[in-house]
Amino acid sequence: MLPIIFVLPLLQLVILSNAATFEVKNIKFSYLDNDRTSFSRALIDKFEASEYFNVLAHFNSEKEASAAMLKGNIDVILEIPQYFERDLLKEKKTNLSVTINAIDGAAAGVENVYINQIVQSFNKNATSELAMINGVTAIPKTIDSIPSFWYNETLNYKTYMVPGILVLLVTMITLFLSGMNIVREKEIGTLEQINVTPIKKYQFIIGKLFPFWIIGFGLLTIGLILGKVIFDVPMVGSILLIYFYTGIFLLVILGMGFFISNFTETQQQAMFIAWFFVVIFILMSGLFTPIESMPMWAQQLTELNPIKYFVEVMRMVMLKGSSLSDILPQLLKTLAYAIVMNGLAVWSYRKTS
Amino acid sequence: MSISVQHISKSFDKVTALKDISFKVKEGELFGLIGPDGAGKTTLFRVLTTLLFADEGTATVADFDVVEDYKSIRNSVGYMPGKFSLYQDLTVEENLTFFATIFGTTIEENYDLIKEIYVQIEPFKDRRAGDLSGGMKQKLALSCALIHKPKVLFLDEPTTGVDPVSRKEFWEMLKRLQKKGITILVSTPYMDEAALCDRIALIQDGEILEIDTPNDIIKTFPKKLYNISANNMYQLIKNLNAYKHQYSVYPFGEFVHYTDQRNDFKKEELINYLKENNLKNITITETAPTIEDVFMELAK
Repeated sequence: MLPIIFVLPLLQLVILSNAATFEVKNIKFSYLDNDRTSFSRALIDKFEASEYFNVLAHFNSEKEASAAMLKGNIDVILEIPQYFERDLLKEKKTNLSVTINAIDGAAAGVENVYINQIVQSFNKNATSELAMINGVTAIPKTIDSIPSFWYNETLNYKTYMVPGILVLLVTMITLFLSGMNIVREKEIGTLEQINVTPIKKYQFIIGKLFPFWIIGFGLLTIGLILGKVIFDVPMVGSILLIYFYTGIFLLVILGMGFFISNFTETQQQAMFIAWFFVVIFILMSGLFTPIESMPMWAQQLTELNPIKYFVEVMRMVMLKGSSLSDILPQLLKTLAYAIVMNGLAVWSYRKTS
Repeated sequence: MSISVQHISKSFDKVTALKDISFKVKEGELFGLIGPDGAGKTTLFRVLTTLLFADEGTATVADFDVVEDYKSIRNSVGYMPGKFSLYQDLTVEENLTFFATIFGTTIEENYDLIKEIYVQIEPFKDRRAGDLSGGMKQKLALSCALIHKPKVLFLDEPTTGVDPVSRKEFWEMLKRLQKKGITILVSTPYMDEAALCDRIALIQDGEILEIDTPNDIIKTFPKKLYNISANNMYQLIKNLNAYKHQYSVYPFGEFVHYTDQRNDFKKEELINYLKENNLKNITITETAPTIEDVFMELAK
């Protein structure tokens, strides 16, 4: 069992961190060129040059294009109107039609942004070219924004995912194990034998939860090492602070597992309830979808999500180098959570029925 | 009084498990609770071992109240649940050490008490408890229940699922423990084991039918009992049940235990009746009743 506890989650860490990316690459791009001029070719060349787009096909009619989209062969159709070049030169403006397969809404949004960026840059080149042709000396000034991404300059999603996924693994494993452990004793009957002994409640609970606390630290340690070695995740802040916070966080999860144990009779029930909470916690943790984009009520709910705080703290400390005073709000909330959860667990555990 | 139970009742949802149970067990007594499955034996054990609160009534174990002084009870009783409930993935020795530690004692301290039992499983002390045979599991469970030198020992169906030889040994062990001054409350569905107890309570559907020594209980049997056998057991039971003077008919090993409604039972009349029904090799002999017969009579 012990090797399984460690090997499987770490496999997950390696696989998920590599696979769970928000970048959209290999967009299946096609175009309909009704103009066939040097301008329209220049625009298409720009798409061909981009590493995000695979220019797969060009169509002669709209019909063909939409048929291919329906089959799923292509994701994006760019239609260049007739007189594209002429309109641009004479009237200084023209329209482009872009059709995007939005079955995956998130991907479609990202694709739209990429296309816009390419068209914008094409536009800029075209404007300067036009200016030269027309001999106009005063080129209209445009405002450029040059973003600089702090704490993750290259927007490397792995830097951002690895701490998050590590959090999930530590949480899941410790919650499942602790949740099932006492129920298992109920099922086997050993709990009945223990209950007639003079052992104190707190002694029993500490004895039951301490091993999982240690296992949680073990997982964190191996995960951090893998994160450094395989993914080269920056570790700017204090590792000690991460361990300190994890120690408190694990108390929340273990208390929760124990609480679940007290209200279930079989491992199956415990597993079901643990899953229910884990899924909600994960999807509302801000790991996969930003909390800021959730509706207000959901944002307020996430206040009760311990994983949210853990993800925040891990990212803050590892990527930003936050100190104890920076993570103090999260730390205090987690501590309060731990006290409440363990209080409930101890209160609900009964040696007598 | 080592155990005193007064008017204990307990219900679960719709089922009444115990109805107004009262009895007393003297110090150093081997007291048997005899009853079929579902009679309420385990519920009574769980009330007395402070695992379950009774709805009504009071009980004391070793002069401690089961509700108020539950902590003292947990220190002074040994409980062996019906289901094997030691840690299967710990070895024999680890289990024993574990329970000794929980009770704040050591194996060495009370070794004399468990010695006779433990020597039999000592050769397997490095084996995991889950890998032991049924009889050895019982011995280990008994050792663990005894490790803290309890005043009262609760054994819930200790011999269910154990082979006849181990059962016999187990009861011999109980007798020896009793001599050391331990009060033992044991439950069993086996009527033959009842005869080995000092006193027994016959229990069915949560009610006590009778409490007495095994011999006195047997004496309460109201009728003359006959062993009847014939060449065809099934036919014999069928015909006896159809016989107009029959009072009770129960199969009992190779015989049928029969009682008659009349006080002046006529053997020849029954033989002739059975012969008419094509039965051969008919024998009818008077026999002494057993606890099982009394139980069947009381439960009737």
